Amino acid sequence: MTNPEPVFATDRAALVARLRTILPAHCLLVGEEDLRPYECDGLTAYRQLPLAVCLPEAEGQVIDVLRTCHQLGVPVVARGAGTGLSGGAMPHAQGVVLSLARFNRILRVDREARLAVVQPGVRNLAVSEAAAPFGLYYAPDPSSQIACTLGGNVAENSGGVHCLKYGLTVHNVLRIRVVSIEGEVFEIGSEAPDAPGYDLLALMIGSEGMLGVVTEVTVKLVPKPELAQVVMASFDDVGKAGDAVAAIIAAGIIPAGLEMMDKPATAAVEPYVKAGYDLNAAAILLCESDGTPEEVAEEITRVTEVLTAAGASDIRVSQSEAERLRFWAGRKAAFPAVGRITPDYYCMDGTIPRKRVAEMLSSIAAMEKKYGLRCANVFHAGDGNLHPLIMYDASQSGDWERAEAFGAEILELSVALGGSITGEHGVGIEKINQMCVQYTTPELETFHRVKAAFDESGLLNPGKAVPSLHRCAEYGRMHVHHGELKFPELERF
Amino acid sequence: MTLDDIVSAVKAAHDAAKQAPSGGSHAHLRIRGAGSKDFYGGLLAGDLLDVSGHRGIVAYEPTELYITAKCGTPLAEIEATLAEKGQMLAFEPPHFSGATAGGCVAAGLSGPRRQQAGAVRDFMLGVKLIDGTGQVLNFGGQVMKNVAGYDLSRLMAGSLGTLGVLAEVTLKVLPRPVAEQTLVFDMNEGEAISRLNQWGGQPLPISASFWHDGQLRLRLSGARAAVKAAQGKLGGTVAVDAEKHWISVREQTHPAFAGAILWRLALPSTAHSLGLDGLRAIEWGGALRWYAGELDAVRGAAARAGGHAVLYHAPESLRCREGAFAPLAPALLALHRRLKNAFDPGRILNPGRLYAEF
Repeated sequence: MTNPEPVFATDRAALVARLRTILPAHCLLVGEEDLRPYECDGLTAYRQLPLAVCLPEAEGQVIDVLRTCHQLGVPVVARGAGTGLSGGAMPHAQGVVLSLARFNRILRVDREARLAVVQPGVRNLAVSEAAAPFGLYYAPDPSSQIACTLGGNVAENSGGVHCLKYGLTVHNVLRIRVVSIEGEVFEIGSEAPDAPGYDLLALMIGSEGMLGVVTEVTVKLVPKPELAQVVMASFDDVGKAGDAVAAIIAAGIIPAGLEMMDKPATAAVEPYVKAGYDLNAAAILLCESDGTPEEVAEEITRVTEVLTAAGASDIRVSQSEAERLRFWAGRKAAFPAVGRITPDYYCMDGTIPRKRVAEMLSSIAAMEKKYGLRCANVFHAGDGNLHPLIMYDASQSGDWERAEAFGAEILELSVALGGSITGEHGVGIEKINQMCVQYTTPELETFHRVKAAFDESGLLNPGKAVPSLHRCAEYGRMHVHHGELKFPELERF
Repeated sequence: MTLDDIVSAVKAAHDAAKQAPSGGSHAHLRIRGAGSKDFYGGLLAGDLLDVSGHRGIVAYEPTELYITAKCGTPLAEIEATLAEKGQMLAFEPPHFSGATAGGCVAAGLSGPRRQQAGAVRDFMLGVKLIDGTGQVLNFGGQVMKNVAGYDLSRLMAGSLGTLGVLAEVTLKVLPRPVAEQTLVFDMNEGEAISRLNQWGGQPLPISASFWHDGQLRLRLSGARAAVKAAQGKLGGTVAVDAEKHWISVREQTHPAFAGAILWRLALPSTAHSLGLDGLRAIEWGGALRWYAGELDAVRGAAARAGGHAVLYHAPESLRCREGAFAPLAPALLALHRRLKNAFDPGRILNPGRLYAEF
């Protein structure tokens, strides 16, 4: 699956010669040693060296690079911090990587208008840090927020632990400046609440670098709540914990965050972070309330009542900011904590209706036996967004293939349960086959036509996000025999 | 009317378009729910495709926070169903005369609570779409987070039926606030804009604002304690007719919206007074302003302030001359045409409703 189609006939020498005429030497990498760090993003199982990496410092250079690649018919893969988990920034073998890392300036923080104008290479957390003196912050907080960039957040429509109440990237971006593959600049959205014409902002956000390259982002800043408190509840049964999530929503409460971890996840986290989790619980819920002190007190009381009625075996409320952060520290460290107990892990990202959580977890338990691999589960439970962490050992022959098949089965079950193959990590190259399961041929054809409306020559991030119909036909053939595959270590394409 | 009936009508029009000589006139379809927004946008052209009969709530899951309804379902029916479970459409869409779910999304108009909760597009989760060739396509879904494929369901909000017939829509719903209180302040335009922006930067539960004729009304919504605390902080006097008032703003039956010509200006909330005559009302914390009268300078003034002006209510002749919506830059217009072509290659659906060019 690692070789995205289609194949391009790039003349490397001619490409590099042209790039040298438009970029200064320090903005162009061509040596293999220099290219190596760009061979993958956060999904390290998929790697590919590009022909060159461009590191432009000004929008004019971005335009020149895109125009040149358009003229020469060379694929372009835009890249932020490379923290993505779906291989969306994995290079193309016949293409260039366009890194926006040097677009790292915050251009304006406007206190009165409650917005910030930033370059795409600015880190997510840096925006909130710059807004903090005004009592404001940028709400979407993906777990990689210390490293991931706004440009990447726009490409992936990133979420985070607070998006149930505060929304995704699409709800918090007001305007973007985009360069097309032909080098044309578009202003999409504005500082006004809407813009004339189609809502291209909604279309561009989450488009995985397939439609244009973002050179500037205007984000909404929101007032920092005066207080936040977390309720931590233990359950002796994952089904009960899932039902408790639905009960909170049914009670008319939209918590600032609502997260769930199962026993394997807490067991991995606790020795590492010492968050104080109940290790006897089958699952724990973390439910955050924020707002004015009066509001928080009222909501915490109601949440506690609901959780008690839902059968929580233990309930603790954070009594200080330090304790609140400690409760969260475990959840935020779940991925590295699992990374400590297994040589490798594979993070999935399906969404399902909240009421199907228990069903999904018992299916995952059955899959653990089927594939002979362990799995720890952390959830953005409020959004029904699950992150199963499949543990494997890449040095063991066949382990990765089994992990991949395990993950694919989880994603396909997500679709069957009425959900989606990706909640916030994107399709990238990783879930390209599962797109064939989620969408019909006419729907995929529509995606391709939309892509062509922006990028007729198909040069922006080719082979990602939307599968070709040919690939789906191949996958369909594969899929029929899926359960019967005798030699999972064999290459499938 | 069933889905199949709508598909047949679209297919027939598409076939007619294919057979028509290039550039010749052929069948166009004018999609209509209740017709409550016939006044809005470009001129109405084509054979009527009445989808009001395709109605009914398909799925409503209060704990999953979504509702799926066929396009002809009246908003009143949807909101009554949600109210039974203490939930609402948080973007507070206008009903006018019997607005439907499909028309609500196609027009993309949001009401007073937009300033706090977000617009129609922010609540779009999924759509069942009949494109201009008669294909039935599903985009998005019923879950809160879904980044598989381009977000084509949100793109439908405000597209005025030019990309497809929205046969079914899935919208995110939210719990109704436990408490609401409306405060009244006397202040002029400049003061209102400045105060609204100051308050916007503080953690206050302001869910709506409406300035008209020297008076600002502010609605607070949220937990009882939060509303009470904010009231103590803000002062003002408590309005007695609050519910009626906000309905009159949502439905635009308030006298501020009267008159033959009405402009809707979406602006950065901090934009200073435009200095134009005819300011009738300010909403959304300063970001939505309404002007009455035949104003030559309004589009330019809105653009200079960083926003845009919609010719919202106007006689046909004026809408023909000015266009309902602010003109697009050439490159952007070309992109719109290509997108239109991706969904409706025969250009049969609501031609000219958004822009005369497509």
